[in-house]
Amino acid sequence: MDISLQQVGYSYGRNTPFEKRALQGVDGTIKTGSYTAIIGHTGSGKSTLLMHLNGLLKPSEGIVQIGDTQITAGTKAKELKAVRRHVGIVFQFPEHQLFEETVEKDIMFGPMNFGVSKEESRKRAHELIELLGLPPDTAQKSPFDLSGGQMRRVAIAGVLAFKPSVLVLDEPTAGLDPRGRKEIMELFSRLHAEENLTTVLVTHSMEDAARYADNIIVMHNGHSVMAGTPQNIFGDEETLASFGLGVPRSVKLQRVVEKMIGRPLPVLALTEEDLATALARAASEEGDANA
Amino acid sequence: MMKEVLSMDHVSFSYQSEEGVTEKAIDDISFAVQQGEWIAIVGHNGSGKSTLAKLMIGLLFPDEGEVNVFIQKLSEANLWAIRSRMGFVFQNPDNQFVGSTVQDDVAFALENNGVPFTDMVTRVHESLAQVNMSNFHDHEPHHLSGGQKQRVAIAGALALKPELLLMDEATSMLDPQGRDEVIRVVEELKTKTGLTVISITHDLEEALLADRIVVMNKGKLLTTGTPTQIFARGDELEAIGLDLPFAMKVSRLLRESGMELFGEHMTEEELVNGLWTSHFSK
Repeated sequence: MDISLQQVGYSYGRNTPFEKRALQGVDGTIKTGSYTAIIGHTGSGKSTLLMHLNGLLKPSEGIVQIGDTQITAGTKAKELKAVRRHVGIVFQFPEHQLFEETVEKDIMFGPMNFGVSKEESRKRAHELIELLGLPPDTAQKSPFDLSGGQMRRVAIAGVLAFKPSVLVLDEPTAGLDPRGRKEIMELFSRLHAEENLTTVLVTHSMEDAARYADNIIVMHNGHSVMAGTPQNIFGDEETLASFGLGVPRSVKLQRVVEKMIGRPLPVLALTEEDLATALARAASEEGDANA
Repeated sequence: MMKEVLSMDHVSFSYQSEEGVTEKAIDDISFAVQQGEWIAIVGHNGSGKSTLAKLMIGLLFPDEGEVNVFIQKLSEANLWAIRSRMGFVFQNPDNQFVGSTVQDDVAFALENNGVPFTDMVTRVHESLAQVNMSNFHDHEPHHLSGGQKQRVAIAGALALKPELLLMDEATSMLDPQGRDEVIRVVEELKTKTGLTVISITHDLEEALLADRIVVMNKGKLLTTGTPTQIFARGDELEAIGLDLPFAMKVSRLLRESGMELFGEHMTEEELVNGLWTSHFSK
């Protein structure tokens, strides 16, 4: 399901003395099957933009096109329900939204709300418990007796349960320890491939954006200011810096090494694995040259 | 002469769950912190780090063992006197603001402690200068970035002239810039004022800057030592869910790919130097 944003603007508290502009003239395209990262400084409009992707907010100006549905300022609330079935949002700290007595019931809540039968919903809940790597006996446990990382998986299962084709993730690893972060990011990467999802990741982590995304949108002061592949975006350190953003650590280190050896490495190292490969190759070339 | 600021002596603590099952969150922990030291306490989620912090400030009391702060056993009786000599910075910057401007916020605790107005003005100025926030006296705290907010929170703690600063995941909700700002400020404080800092953190890059690291695992103290000693045990750290500093990861990947590199490389500078001497300086 393609998503496109055309000159999208949004103001909080419209027509009040407290009106605050959060988005202005935002353009962007999220193609079906792509993994798009939205990056930007705190307060750049990332979160406001995210809420436009399933009609939680309607644009004050411009058009948000989600598949066949066009959302504008005048779109009626009931027209948005179909959109919400297709676009699932995992908010920051999604475990705060758990509420049911058992994990199974919590995961079933979403699909049943969209009219899926109880039996079918239960079946999905059990499939998801397995898919997300939770122990099978989790189903009958209270979500509040689980560890933080497990609670987060249950909350994510609750979003996946109504089978969205677009999955929007708002800082999904906030507050997790390094292993938890890696596991969750690998999980989304796997889901993206196996379930043919379109994934949108809102993140502070340039490393995650570089490693997982194939498309990046940069937000600054409510405007979309850059868009392109990770290679393009992180290859332009100067422009990024003007928006208060840095490059991934691997690129930073690559630049230091390039300065030291006095020549550029042939590719941009988006991950530490890329960097190690490029360094090993450069070192062996150096060895050959001196042999 | 070393002076002890805080120590844990065979401390254990259990939470009571609803079904009456006790789970040991802290299991026989002992370590001591000396004046002027910067200690990083690291561990995975649920390793007991936050419980440890609560025991240090008397929000919880141990079931067994003793917590000593400023060479006194922490108890209900001396709790407030001891806390008044400590500064705290918590995880979420938004949960710790009371003032409507930055300077009011920093002055809040001073007012509570009956500091005279003229002293208050000087202290507010001094502590905001220490965190590089002098230009923000009249700003509203809610309009600051995460890193700026945490620096104001640190200024609020510093204004009380604490003998010990305790930070509980103070950088974990910040973006990379905010994190760097806060770490830089704490580093400056350490070199300029010799303040004793205990920082509870996930961030091993931050821990790398500490004098000593305490590694927690499942309520137990796994090991303690200098960053060099701790990171020499990289595999063990990875096994308990911690991440290695970036330079170490790259250095290990390079060795795995068959490249010759000597020694461990904890910082990027060390790695770059190592690469240069072994491969590019010929």
